[in-house]
Amino acid sequence: MTTITPPLDPAQDEVLHGKEASRAVRKAFSSPIASAAVILLSVLWTIPTLGLFINSFRSKEDAATTGWWEFFVHPSFSLDTYKQVLTADGGLTLPLVNSLAITIPATIIPIFIASMAAYALAWMRFRGSDAIFFTIFALQVVPLQMALVPLQQYYVKGLQVFGVTIIPSPHVNGTLAQIWISHTMFSLPLAVFLLHNFVAQIPESLIEAARVDGAPHLRIFRSIVLPLSMPAIASFAIFQFLWVWNDLLVAKTFGSSDPAQQPVTARLQSLTGSFGAHQELLAPAGFIAIVIPLIVFLALQRYFARGLLAGSVKG
Amino acid sequence: MVGTSLGQALPMAPPLATSTFSQASGTLLGAIGAVAGFLAILAVIFFVAGRVTGRLQKPLAVIICLVPALFLLLLGLIVPAITTINNSFKNQQFLGELGTKYIGLKNYQFAFTDSYTLQTILRTFLWLIIVPTITVIIGLVAALLLDRMRRNAVPKTLLFLPTAISFVGASVIWGYVYDYRAPGSPQTGLLSAVVMKLGWHNPPHWLISSPINTFLLMVIMIWIQVGFAMVVLNAALKSIPDEIIESARLEGASGFRLFRTIQVPMIRSTVVVVLTTVMITTLKVFDIVFTVTNGNYNTDVLARQMYADMFVTSQVSRGSALAVILFVIVLPLMFYNIRQLRRERTER
Repeated sequence: MTTITPPLDPAQDEVLHGKEASRAVRKAFSSPIASAAVILLSVLWTIPTLGLFINSFRSKEDAATTGWWEFFVHPSFSLDTYKQVLTADGGLTLPLVNSLAITIPATIIPIFIASMAAYALAWMRFRGSDAIFFTIFALQVVPLQMALVPLQQYYVKGLQVFGVTIIPSPHVNGTLAQIWISHTMFSLPLAVFLLHNFVAQIPESLIEAARVDGAPHLRIFRSIVLPLSMPAIASFAIFQFLWVWNDLLVAKTFGSSDPAQQPVTARLQSLTGSFGAHQELLAPAGFIAIVIPLIVFLALQRYFARGLLAGSVKG
Repeated sequence: MVGTSLGQALPMAPPLATSTFSQASGTLLGAIGAVAGFLAILAVIFFVAGRVTGRLQKPLAVIICLVPALFLLLLGLIVPAITTINNSFKNQQFLGELGTKYIGLKNYQFAFTDSYTLQTILRTFLWLIIVPTITVIIGLVAALLLDRMRRNAVPKTLLFLPTAISFVGASVIWGYVYDYRAPGSPQTGLLSAVVMKLGWHNPPHWLISSPINTFLLMVIMIWIQVGFAMVVLNAALKSIPDEIIESARLEGASGFRLFRTIQVPMIRSTVVVVLTTVMITTLKVFDIVFTVTNGNYNTDVLARQMYADMFVTSQVSRGSALAVILFVIVLPLMFYNIRQLRRERTER
């Protein structure tokens, strides 16, 4: 329902001709040359990451003076750089915590705000609801780059029109709250759009039955809509988690420049900019920075693929 | 600069000082507290509104459900977008500068006449053409080959994996590919080592040699995006009914011909959607150039220069004009994508 392309629905093949037939076709179709080419390509795609991983646990001297592939000839192990990168002042421990502290609220809060809006737009028909949905939908075209400076201004001194403050600043300057709010704002067009498409497909009979029983709208949302929307929420949540965790632009714009308050991406980026100093820390730092999204990805690949297909137009 | 702060602190910093621990737990508790607080407020609102019955019940529910989203969108996207467009016609330099004046289209005139900015724009177009095209070609080939391989889960995951890696992380990873050492000394960069083995004894300092450095940066982007293209295209290929493939095979079509005459035409619209989607992502990516070269050595792109204008070199209005230019380039691509998305949705 939330994909660009029809498939991802194993039931479809079954309906058409059964799994057996499908498998037979695929089998007759597979070729050793294609398999070899795929394996070659995937190895090629993995080599850069493998290089980083190997360099991250070689000894400092070896990593600085020889290529990582020398590891296969002269293996050397050392976890010193990992220890250093995690324990040193200005190291990655706090940034890892910060990334988590940014990502959790910035994933959970939009889910609720967006699903409430999606429910209202899909099931509480009122004058203008279509227009509102279309506006939110159309907001996907606004690149978040356009929002950076004015939003920054808002956080500092509130929303002013001709010098008159209309909406006061939330006074969250320099805190993580600024990043949570920004990510929530930027995620809404996509989130509302995705969840609306899903929520709108809930069978009308279910909602009607609850209404006949006299259940108020908010209870229908809580006890019927929210639980039934879990698949769509899961897809969005994983997409949003990886998006926020991997984000640099929002964190750099709205986050603190104090190393102890930056997320992993911003910290890693400053490390690369430190020209030669502590180059040996780059490999372990890089690996630490990518390992959590990789675990999330490997564990929930299926949901992620679905979220990615749907979220590919995120601004 | 941050490296030095890390260095200075090293000798005396005890491993995982208690202050670090308390700061970490404080941060995490703050985040969890924020979520809990948010949910608590929501619960209270739901509870109080639940007491209301009769005519007011529905309007109240609509307000509770919609106002948070609309308020955030207004404050976070609509007003800022209008403000940025407005800013782009002014002469604002600093954030929060007072007494700025309207100077008409001067910032746009500057963008299209200043040689550095003009080069940035042209280079961005180069990214816009090369990255999506190559990404789609590799993704399509990978998708087709995967389709003809049994037990393809592992290679598929490996090709898809970079999609989950941040642009910053990818830049660090590729740093070990593009690393340069003088010829004669042991090489640490994979690319240099490979080309030297192949007989090119004097490879350039990759990342500071223009124009090759721009293409090397594009490779990072392609490496990340291919997984996305492959997954979407592979899914589209699987949706072609088996009868069509089977009957084409019975008529003697196989391999490349089957691919060219049957499979590709049938997924053409998906190919175009992937192409435009990668275009949009490419246009907006600033992390790679920012991390690897920071726009130096003739590698700057629109998204990076815009960021620098806004937050580093104090040229807010010029940066705003670049943001508007970015928006104008994204607009048709986005409209196309959304329309396509809608059409596919209504077809089902």
